[in-house]
Amino acid sequence: MESLKITHSMKAILQLKEVSVSYTPGKNAVHKVTTDIYPNTITAIMGPSGCGKSTLLRAINRMHDLYANVRTTGEIILKGRNVLEMDPMEVRRMAGMVFQQPNPFPTMSIYDNVLAGYTLNGIRLGKKEKEEIVEQSLQSVALWDEVKDVMTKRGSFLSGGQQQRLCIARTLALKPEVLLMDEPTSALDPISTNKIEELLLQLKQQFTIIIVTHNMSQAARISDNSMFMYLGELVEHGNTTQMFTKPRNKRTEEYLTGVFG
Amino acid sequence: MNKDSLFRFLLFTAALLVLLFTAGIIYALVSRSTETFQEYGVWGFVGNAEWDPRSATEEYGAFSFILGTLYTSFFALLLCMPFSLAVALFNGEYYKGKKISSAVRSIVDLLAGIPSIVYGLWGFYTLRPLVIALGVNAQGFGIFLSSVVLAIMIIPYASSLSSEFLSMVPNNLKEGAYSLGATQIEVVQHISLPSAGSGIVASYILALGRALGETMAVTMLIGNTNRIPRGLSDTGNTMASVIANQFGEADGLKLSSLIAIGLLLFIITAIINLIAKLIMKKLSHV
Amino acid sequence: MNHSSSIVQRKRKDKTIRHLVGFFSLLAMIPLFFILWDVISKGYKNFNLRLFTEVTPSSMDALLAISNGDPIPGGILNGITGTILIVGLAILFSVPLGLFIGIYLADNQGKRFAGLVSYLTDLLQGMPSIVIGIIAYAWVVKPLGSYSALAGSVALTIMMLPMIVRSTEETLKMLPLSYKEAGLALGSSYTNVVFRILIPSGFGGIFTGILLAISRVMGETAPLMLTALGASVVHWKMTEPASAIPLLIWDFYNDPNLVDLIWSSSLLLLIVIFLLNWIAKIVARKWKV
Repeated sequence: MESLKITHSMKAILQLKEVSVSYTPGKNAVHKVTTDIYPNTITAIMGPSGCGKSTLLRAINRMHDLYANVRTTGEIILKGRNVLEMDPMEVRRMAGMVFQQPNPFPTMSIYDNVLAGYTLNGIRLGKKEKEEIVEQSLQSVALWDEVKDVMTKRGSFLSGGQQQRLCIARTLALKPEVLLMDEPTSALDPISTNKIEELLLQLKQQFTIIIVTHNMSQAARISDNSMFMYLGELVEHGNTTQMFTKPRNKRTEEYLTGVFG
Repeated sequence: MNKDSLFRFLLFTAALLVLLFTAGIIYALVSRSTETFQEYGVWGFVGNAEWDPRSATEEYGAFSFILGTLYTSFFALLLCMPFSLAVALFNGEYYKGKKISSAVRSIVDLLAGIPSIVYGLWGFYTLRPLVIALGVNAQGFGIFLSSVVLAIMIIPYASSLSSEFLSMVPNNLKEGAYSLGATQIEVVQHISLPSAGSGIVASYILALGRALGETMAVTMLIGNTNRIPRGLSDTGNTMASVIANQFGEADGLKLSSLIAIGLLLFIITAIINLIAKLIMKKLSHV
Repeated sequence: MNHSSSIVQRKRKDKTIRHLVGFFSLLAMIPLFFILWDVISKGYKNFNLRLFTEVTPSSMDALLAISNGDPIPGGILNGITGTILIVGLAILFSVPLGLFIGIYLADNQGKRFAGLVSYLTDLLQGMPSIVIGIIAYAWVVKPLGSYSALAGSVALTIMMLPMIVRSTEETLKMLPLSYKEAGLALGSSYTNVVFRILIPSGFGGIFTGILLAISRVMGETAPLMLTALGASVVHWKMTEPASAIPLLIWDFYNDPNLVDLIWSSSLLLLIVIFLLNWIAKIVARKWKV
């Protein structure tokens, strides 16, 4: 069955080469993962709890730098440069992250939240520039109409789904190359989840998205390519439709048919 | 990145200062009291009940004040127990979460906010005549009066921590007892108190530590005599009060002895607080 | 052997204890009202503008006034300005330091060095105020060669520091980790995340801790006796001896001619302390993390 989804254009935008992450010396939480991520695709990372999917995701934007005993080896090449050798702050502007728990900064207004990436990085913008960025970002997450009249208010009164969209807007405002999403809809109700999934399908036209999810139907619904991880290893990766209909690896098949969670 | 390195360095330095302060404190106390310990030896000083500042017959010993401190503090602890336990039960069990409980908490907080010197004034002007009228002693000053005021001062400390521990007793434990037909006091007796027990003990130990170091109120009410108190109705001095009273123009051996007493006080309160901490630490690992 | 009392007896015991708990709790709170009554009823007479605008009278002047049947002249202006000076300096020293230490502890939980610092902070908190006075005497009075407001503020700093450290640390620990992570994920420096996100988010708890620390040291007398000593004039020099409201109360207590001023000064002190506590409570409620 021919898949109509584009599975790769010219060159990978992100390459993982034998990436390993360990929390304790000698024991790898992620072991030698090698794969390519292509531009304007949604790649889902799936697997049972503890398989290392979040750990892998966080290695990409150097979040592990926060914790002293975490060791990352291998190469993560983003647009030709090894992320592990770059300045973490620069990496994070290129690879934005959205977390599971919607977390608009509580002391900032919606307007300021969207611009938080600039403020925190000490980047000064003119008023017109700011307004453009805010409107553009909020439009791209379909939140503009809902909040344009209350932008000076704090974000806490928004619903969970709206808050998460605000966080996505905040990340998009910095115009990252890649969008890393760590179970972004786990804490949301089905309707909000649906809205965000639709949003992601639209966003992939402009961005490249990697989404960690524990929900395989979500992966099936929205991703072009999938990665299946088990106990830290990348068991199988490739076109989503292919993986779901004809998994090459027995483990993959077991996971997809619910033999284990 | 440079900014972050600098900031982290500053944070670390600030934390290091705590270490340096503590070391500096110990050094200051020890170095300035060596004169006394060299003169009398550690136990010679600690065990000596004689305190005579007169230049001809100069002799210093900490024992009277150690006893004075222990008498007042333990008696205060004893006096405060029924009241602080009642307040703890009030807030942590009987009226837990109710409006009246927060009113009681606020009042007890206010009690904790009154400065020591005001307690001393009240003790002197209002309680002392009562103590005299009760016939405890002729002048009113003494162990009894100081202990009573001290007891009132430590009630907030003992009760607020105890009520915390009581309110942390899991509901399902209590519900289990109630479902067997127990009355509230029986639940308190057999479930709540044993469960919160070590926490309550720790809070009393902390209150004791507070009482040991209390200065102004005690100084104003204890009578300031430099000998072993012969009983509750006698006057005396505590380690804190003798320092407060006599530090002013002290020098030489007297100053060194007062600082030695300060060192002893420091050590004693540190040990008491450590014990309380260890008990509470054991609780969190239950 | 009576091994099961009747239900009636048990119920009666329950009721009795409940009443006893209420009764003893009431008794425990009564001293507050007695003290407040004393301070207010005896203090309001001299609680007037003079209290705030004039310095303490000398013993002689007071004696003269008493023998003439006049009210004692003077007020406690030198004590008020002294308190502002000493406590002000203490705030200046302890707040930035306490904030930084609190941030360090919140960010380094579980590490050995941080554990040691945490333990020592508790140790400092438990130190008797008179011993802190001895320390400030040794560190500042001796080297400087005289009593001073600075020495007094060093003593108060040592007292305030543990409280500010604790409240900062606890507040920051209660913030969701995602605030810090989201801020960093946007490429922000750690410094910016702390000052632009974490501290503003935890402002309520941190500020409350500072207010409570201030109200705690406002009434301290013992350490100031050994460090600031007292002064009868208004001044703002930190290397000179200075007075403070509690110190003045102590002076008045010891001088039979000035006894009348005790209660009005105490009233002022209580008002300030209770006000600070009340504001702290409001801030805590409004800025709940």
